[in-house]
Amino acid sequence: MISRLNSSLFETTATAGAWAVEIFSYAGSLSLLFIQTLGGWFTRRVRWAAVVHELWRIGVQSWFIASLSSLFIGMVLAFQSAYQMQQFSAEIYIASLVALSVVREIGPVMTALIVAGRVGSAIAAELGTMKVTEQIDVLMTLAADPVQYLVVPRLIAMVLVVPLLTVWADSIGVFGGFLIGTLKLGILPSVYWHMTFDPLVYKDLWTGLLKSLIFACIICTVSCYEGFQTRGGAEGVGRSTTLAVVNSFLLIITADCVCTALFYFIGR
Amino acid sequence: MIELKSVSKSFDDHVILDHIDLTIRDAETMVVIGRSGTGKSVLLKHIIGLMRPDAGSVLVGGVDLGKVSGPEMDRLRLRFGMLFQGAALFDSMTAFENVAFALREHTTLESSAIGQRVHECLQLVGLEGVDQLYPSELSGGMRKRVGLARALAMNPEIILYDEPTTGIDPIMGDIINHLIIGLRDQLKVTSVVVTHDMRSAYKVADRIAMLYNGKIVDIGNPDEIRHSKSPIVQQFINGEAVGPIQEGLPDQRILSRWSSRRPVPGARSPAGGAGRRAEHGGS
Repeated sequence: MISRLNSSLFETTATAGAWAVEIFSYAGSLSLLFIQTLGGWFTRRVRWAAVVHELWRIGVQSWFIASLSSLFIGMVLAFQSAYQMQQFSAEIYIASLVALSVVREIGPVMTALIVAGRVGSAIAAELGTMKVTEQIDVLMTLAADPVQYLVVPRLIAMVLVVPLLTVWADSIGVFGGFLIGTLKLGILPSVYWHMTFDPLVYKDLWTGLLKSLIFACIICTVSCYEGFQTRGGAEGVGRSTTLAVVNSFLLIITADCVCTALFYFIGR
Repeated sequence: MIELKSVSKSFDDHVILDHIDLTIRDAETMVVIGRSGTGKSVLLKHIIGLMRPDAGSVLVGGVDLGKVSGPEMDRLRLRFGMLFQGAALFDSMTAFENVAFALREHTTLESSAIGQRVHECLQLVGLEGVDQLYPSELSGGMRKRVGLARALAMNPEIILYDEPTTGIDPIMGDIINHLIIGLRDQLKVTSVVVTHDMRSAYKVADRIAMLYNGKIVDIGNPDEIRHSKSPIVQQFINGEAVGPIQEGLPDQRILSRWSSRRPVPGARSPAGGAGRRAEHGGS
């Protein structure tokens, strides 16, 4: 009985250990790729034409879906908070609640998740296809560094576009709340705007933007890494795409939790 | 000169290259033959530094590839041109942009000079009027020739060909053979050709090396290989199912049963006609 218990304990510990090694190894590989990309950005020639192309692609691909999602989320937030606020005749505070939730939390996170799903998956699929069809090998034989050529322009574009999209999504989310607040709940537009901007401080905006910058780095690094790790044919590309999205989601949520905790303590 | 000194490579527990020693002289065309999956492409990738050996060393012009990296490796790679098995053209670029890639990245040539060089290379492989086509709009043979034009663009000293004649028609295959010979004779290019097309191998090779089970089992000029005493080489060059090479093949007894099978008198073949298989040799 005791020996069976020992054996089971040993197996559990071994499995946990293997998981820990895998997680640290993954984090290490991502960090290495990120550092290499930053090195390439600041020390070598950047293909600005490719950056502009990526800016266009990332921005345009995500703009519509980010706008639509933010609009509905702002509206839903206003409706949901109305249930509680109406009980205390405090509907007027719905504007503040929507603004703070959207700018601090929902805007950056939702935008990042949308970009990860829409653009991150496309990056992983594109790089994965290049890997399995030996195009990455060709780049190396032509003395072009794949990180410099493929990752650096994407990272630059991502850190420029994601914060911009976040600001846009914040605005649309607040506007969604405004629509419900004024048209459905009967709050005066001037009062709604006043209650929206009154509680907002600069810290709310910059913490949101800082988060979106971190999320942009996560999405680009994870998607490019998964693309480079692709093995096999079409099945491998599919697997990499899924991993890119799932791992980006997990890391975005984790980073959001860490950032929120940090900003909470910094602001006290 | 390219030297492989006791090069070994394994993937998981599968040994691909097992202490390979091979020397390729300047301006020589070395053809490496062997069955699919024997590590011929892996050998090429070691020569250009895309893969690092688990043991041993690869020397190009006396420089150990294991001891160089970064800009020095890039400079070394610019001495190479490589034609990949599936051409591996950049999907997002036109044929012109594919061929111009290295010229744009590594030279300060004016765009008109780049255009001229690209057209020279495309003409050399018999392609004209495809500049603005994307790889998806080209046939397999055309893609391969664009890949070859891209490999030639920087006037390399060494060209590595991975299955250059596979997937293209025999006439175009022979044109590529002539091109390989022409590059050696006129520009003194060193070539390493990986193939299992024996007709092409005999035509272009100065020497042929046969790779089997991770080792070079025989090496010599085309005549020496043709008359090799190695039963492995003989089975391969004659394309015989029965012989010492057995990996991945059906059991020899099944093969002999297949080759001795005769149609049952009066039995209907799947195509409908009785005894039709006998008319075709009964295989």
